[in-house]
Amino acid sequence: MYPEFAAHAADPPRWWWWVAVAAMAVLLIAAPFFTDMAFQLDTSIIFVFALLALSMGFLWGYAGILSFGQTIFFGLGGYSYAILAIETGNTSLAFIGGLLVPVLFSVILGYFVVYGRISEIYLSVVTLVVTLIFEKSIRSTSGPEFVIGSVRLGGQNGIPGIPGLSLPGMEGAPLSIEGVFYLAGAMMLLVYVGLRLILLTTFGRVIVGIRENERRMELLGYDSRRYKLGAFTLAGAVAALSGVLYGAWGNFVAPEMFNLNQAAQVVIWVIVGGRSTLIGPIFGTGLVQYLSTWLGTVNVGQVTVVLGAILIIFVLVFPRGLLPTIADLARLVFRSQVSEK
Amino acid sequence: MVVTTIYLIVYAIALLVIISLGLAIIFGMMRVINLAHGEFIMLGAYACVFATGAGSPLWLAFIVAAVAVGLFGIVVERVMVRFLYGRIIDTLLATWGLSLFLVGIVTTIIGPRGRSVQTSFGSVDIAGTNISSYSFVLIGMAFLMIAITWSLVRFTRYGLIVRGTMQNAEIASALGVNRGATYMVTFGFGAALAGLAGAVLAPITGASPTMGLFFVAKAFINVIIGGHLPITGTLAAAGIFGSIDGVVSFLWSSVVGEVSVLIVALVLLRLLPMGITGRMRGGL
Repeated sequence: MYPEFAAHAADPPRWWWWVAVAAMAVLLIAAPFFTDMAFQLDTSIIFVFALLALSMGFLWGYAGILSFGQTIFFGLGGYSYAILAIETGNTSLAFIGGLLVPVLFSVILGYFVVYGRISEIYLSVVTLVVTLIFEKSIRSTSGPEFVIGSVRLGGQNGIPGIPGLSLPGMEGAPLSIEGVFYLAGAMMLLVYVGLRLILLTTFGRVIVGIRENERRMELLGYDSRRYKLGAFTLAGAVAALSGVLYGAWGNFVAPEMFNLNQAAQVVIWVIVGGRSTLIGPIFGTGLVQYLSTWLGTVNVGQVTVVLGAILIIFVLVFPRGLLPTIADLARLVFRSQVSEK
Repeated sequence: MVVTTIYLIVYAIALLVIISLGLAIIFGMMRVINLAHGEFIMLGAYACVFATGAGSPLWLAFIVAAVAVGLFGIVVERVMVRFLYGRIIDTLLATWGLSLFLVGIVTTIIGPRGRSVQTSFGSVDIAGTNISSYSFVLIGMAFLMIAITWSLVRFTRYGLIVRGTMQNAEIASALGVNRGATYMVTFGFGAALAGLAGAVLAPITGASPTMGLFFVAKAFINVIIGGHLPITGTLAAAGIFGSIDGVVSFLWSSVVGEVSVLIVALVLLRLLPMGITGRMRGGL
């Protein structure tokens, strides 16, 4: 729609990108040695939310599909993990199940929205409505008759007491706070690198091509609907991973995972960071989460007022997000220096 | 039994018409989806609460709510929406920001607790079914809102300009129509309908900062399935979904009703991606 805002078809990463990734990995491994538990807990949840932001940012920035409902797969992932982990006691199984259920649902939902050739705004609103219906349905399950296996869905109270993730074969010994920090950080880094590399494959290039000009890609012989469904499912899987980790991190899932505020936060993370890169959504998540926590401590009243204002201002003034805007400014300054010489 | 079912269906259809007409007008005429629609309804409900609290009769409170939210809509259009015409996604995002902002501001200023409207409506017995008499007001208001909108667009000079702009905005402005002013008035009119909707609902639901949430999902489904013709689309979609919702809610529960509406909506979208009125050319 606005080619100048959109992400460039990904070139192979340069050497400094690999250096940066390696540096991040080293920093991640070293962090627990010089930080306290509170920092590790706070940062773990940012990693988890960054995955959710990545799922939406990838889908929007590269495939041109604006889904407001990545929280559907986030919530489904969390709930599936919770139910399977409590029911079977085997958290590795629950981890896999927590990914499979939402992925299956994303194929079904994706079939309707992609193969129905629903235009872009319709798709955004439909995914938003689906996540709201999920929230409402789960909220209404507070009665004792709503059980899956032996697990009560608990309505708006959610499901407490979910077992933490443990390594395969070591059931009953859940990961420590440090372990969860490592896991969440590693998953985020892996998904980031993975998505970046997927964009280099034929699949990645085709979805970017479809975003640029769907008709042209179809005339070139690509079935755009198949590729879009693939992108939708891939993003669903990333959101599901985020949901599973969320359940394992807090030992708790609640219908709020599906609600409008959660969905809005994902949008704000991506908009603030910028959708034309993959690092933008991660950066945006960290920034907005720290800002929200800080606003909560200084007691300025409703955090949603500030978040709403941020969303309006970014759409009106910085529609590309912070990172691309900063990058452009830097390039501008750099170029003017070069031309002065 | 039969009376209860018919009543539930008519009531569900009327409710859908009331909550989605304002959204449908703004979407149909301007291709803008206003995600703050639920919050416009919420503001209308508060206007009704305060007006009746100050001693105004209910009918006057309806008018106050419509006028107040309509004016607020015009301000929103001037300050925010008008910079984003032609950028559909950005209007969606900006109005979402507005929605969060309004919920937060109202919670801060008025407080999170709900307020209610005191009315003196009783209930009547029809063939063994106990029906609250306010339901008839609600059903009557649905008819009135459709009638007002239809006659405004059909018979007035403003309506002629709006229909022209809707069919072809380029040609309309080439003929000297001030497109900005038309959009401003249309957005204000849609907001006024949302405010009226909130006021009509206030005696049933009361007013609370997050009440918009209860209506947005239904209203969006209705407008999207209805398609771009605001009146025909709203009536057709409300007819379908109201019937399903009424029958299923009667047989099971209101949540099952909403879920079944969503499933029918997804199947309908697969068959008619542009909505029921997507292929109709002229009309309202």
